[in-house]
Amino acid sequence: MIEFVQLLVNGLSLGSIYALIALGYTMVFGILQLINFAHGDVYMLGAFIGMYTSRALNLGEHPSLGALLLVLAVAMAGCAAMGFLIERIAYRPLRKAPRINLLITAVGVSLFLEFAGQLVFGADPKFFPQIFSIESDFSFGELKINPLQVLVFGISIVLMTILQTIIYKTRIGRAMRAASFSHDLASLMGIPTDRVISFTFMLGSALAGAGGVLVGLIYPKIEPLMGSMMGLKAFVAAVLGGIGNVTGAVVGALILGLAESFLVGYGYPTFRDALAFALLILILILKPTGLFGTKRTEKV
Amino acid sequence: MMTMEKMIKSSALALALVAVVGCTKKESTTGATNAAPAGDTILVGEVGSMTGSEATFGTSTHNGIELAFEQINAAGGVKGKKFKLITLDDQGKPDEAATAATKLITQDKIQALLGEVASSRSLAMAPIAQSNGVPMITPSSTNPKVTEQGDYIFRVCFIDPFQGTVMAKFALDTLKVKNVAVLRDVKNDYSVGLADFFTQTFTKNGGKVVVDQSFSAGDMDFKSQLTAIRAKKPEAIYVPGYYTEVGLIARQAKELGLNVPLMGGDGWDSPKLTEIGGKSIEGSYFSNHYSPEDQSPAVQKFVSEFKAKYGVIPDGLSAMGYDAAKVLADAMTRAPDLTNKAVRDAIATTKDFPGVTGVITLNEHRDPVKSAVVLKVAGGGYKYQTTVKP
Repeated sequence: MIEFVQLLVNGLSLGSIYALIALGYTMVFGILQLINFAHGDVYMLGAFIGMYTSRALNLGEHPSLGALLLVLAVAMAGCAAMGFLIERIAYRPLRKAPRINLLITAVGVSLFLEFAGQLVFGADPKFFPQIFSIESDFSFGELKINPLQVLVFGISIVLMTILQTIIYKTRIGRAMRAASFSHDLASLMGIPTDRVISFTFMLGSALAGAGGVLVGLIYPKIEPLMGSMMGLKAFVAAVLGGIGNVTGAVVGALILGLAESFLVGYGYPTFRDALAFALLILILILKPTGLFGTKRTEKV
Repeated sequence: MMTMEKMIKSSALALALVAVVGCTKKESTTGATNAAPAGDTILVGEVGSMTGSEATFGTSTHNGIELAFEQINAAGGVKGKKFKLITLDDQGKPDEAATAATKLITQDKIQALLGEVASSRSLAMAPIAQSNGVPMITPSSTNPKVTEQGDYIFRVCFIDPFQGTVMAKFALDTLKVKNVAVLRDVKNDYSVGLADFFTQTFTKNGGKVVVDQSFSAGDMDFKSQLTAIRAKKPEAIYVPGYYTEVGLIARQAKELGLNVPLMGGDGWDSPKLTEIGGKSIEGSYFSNHYSPEDQSPAVQKFVSEFKAKYGVIPDGLSAMGYDAAKVLADAMTRAPDLTNKAVRDAIATTKDFPGVTGVITLNEHRDPVKSAVVLKVAGGGYKYQTTVKP
């Protein structure tokens, strides 16, 4: 029983990390219908920006909540700038091109970031400074919960709520939804679609940056290729929940995290990565729009 | 405009495409190089993981090899010729290692090949060296299968059946534990071999492996495996992986309240181990090729020379790289000429060679029989525990 609950806790905490990345994926897809494969690598950049900031300011020596918030802010800002640049340089010139070109460009950007990262940061794994620690751990007998994981879980729920609010309650959100419905129509209505798309990229990338820092804190080993598998898993999570749907991304990520945790805990650790892709295939066959997705019919 | 459904399907297709393209690598093997070298240099190729997640393996080994050749060249070289080292990076990938070995042999016409650390990568290189008749010495691939690839393949380190035995006996006799969990990296020939040999010896001598779990290199969350392990209440956990994962495993074990020592093999040997593992890895044990604390003059001389050149204390892999290069040079000195065949025969008859990591005598399987040390992780460094003779 205790094992079951522990696996449940582990799964939720893993899932909430996937959720942070999946949110950005789903948002960009929602508005551009583009799978931004470089998203996982922006998350990697977030972790490295976080690491260099902490090192430069020597925050590892004095762990505090302020240090964490500062590093989060820097990483999010850095990644937002990165997201802006990626969209401006790589995607915007292809706005009118066939969508497959955009997709291939996204793969190219992803590989560029991964290998440029190895060149700039060095390919060996780096230690992420422990800029925030909570000494007292929640434990109920055998059941151990890392408070940081509770924090990450909380943060991903909060971010999801904020995103929902932005998308459904604000002017820019309405513009985003309009642009996602139809770029041309939206721009006819006087919505600056290019600016809206830039904003979406920056928002999604900032989330990925936050994800990078939080993951660095919990799993303090970061490397330039850390984003590739994470990106793919988050992509699966987003598709599972219904890509383009913010709640769906979080739910899909939690399902994936739990499924992995139980699969590994009950004896099939080798199938961990296969599981994510098996889920992807299954969902594409059974319900291609995902759990929360709605079917949009094509109007000619 | 495509529908959502079509979009997702085509994206998934593109994804699969990327995965497939990433896996195809061509290699070509042509013409054996069996002529005695001309000129006054001896070309030696080295393949190592200079970048990639196991980069410290490659750089440590490279530094050891470089130091050895520098000393040999300063002392006049071999048969009046100086060594020239060509190093290629394999990024820690077996297919890259195979490509690099092919290039060194067919294009650069090297006379001997040194490398790799990881058994998976040495296994990718060995058939190429063998079919081209170029002698290859792996400094620290411990999986027995490596030298079984052919009679041109040698190693200067102990092999996993022995390394697994060392830790099994250490667990039983010194740590006095009877119930041990095993956590192996299934993607890694080295880790799987070591876990098997440990289990064999440990159970034969009265111990019990209560649970055998696995992970894949590159994973970062091990809590589910560790939760399953915790349920069986082991007194120690044998994790014969690489330092890249062990640090995180140690952390997560502590988070789950698993306060038992971890045990491992020479794949732990890297400064990153204690950096990533922090306090959680303290009090763990691993088997290694040598200890820089060893007071024998040979070791101390090597440590001080290495420190003078690179500013760090050499780890086990540097020592192995150094020994591999020295064994090669010794064989070339003894060989009647420098044809590949003569050099191969000379390496095969290496006997009582005084290496930094112990006395090296190659047996009929081209493996040395030598002792191992057990180190304890303490105070951010390693404390020498004991030496185990074969």
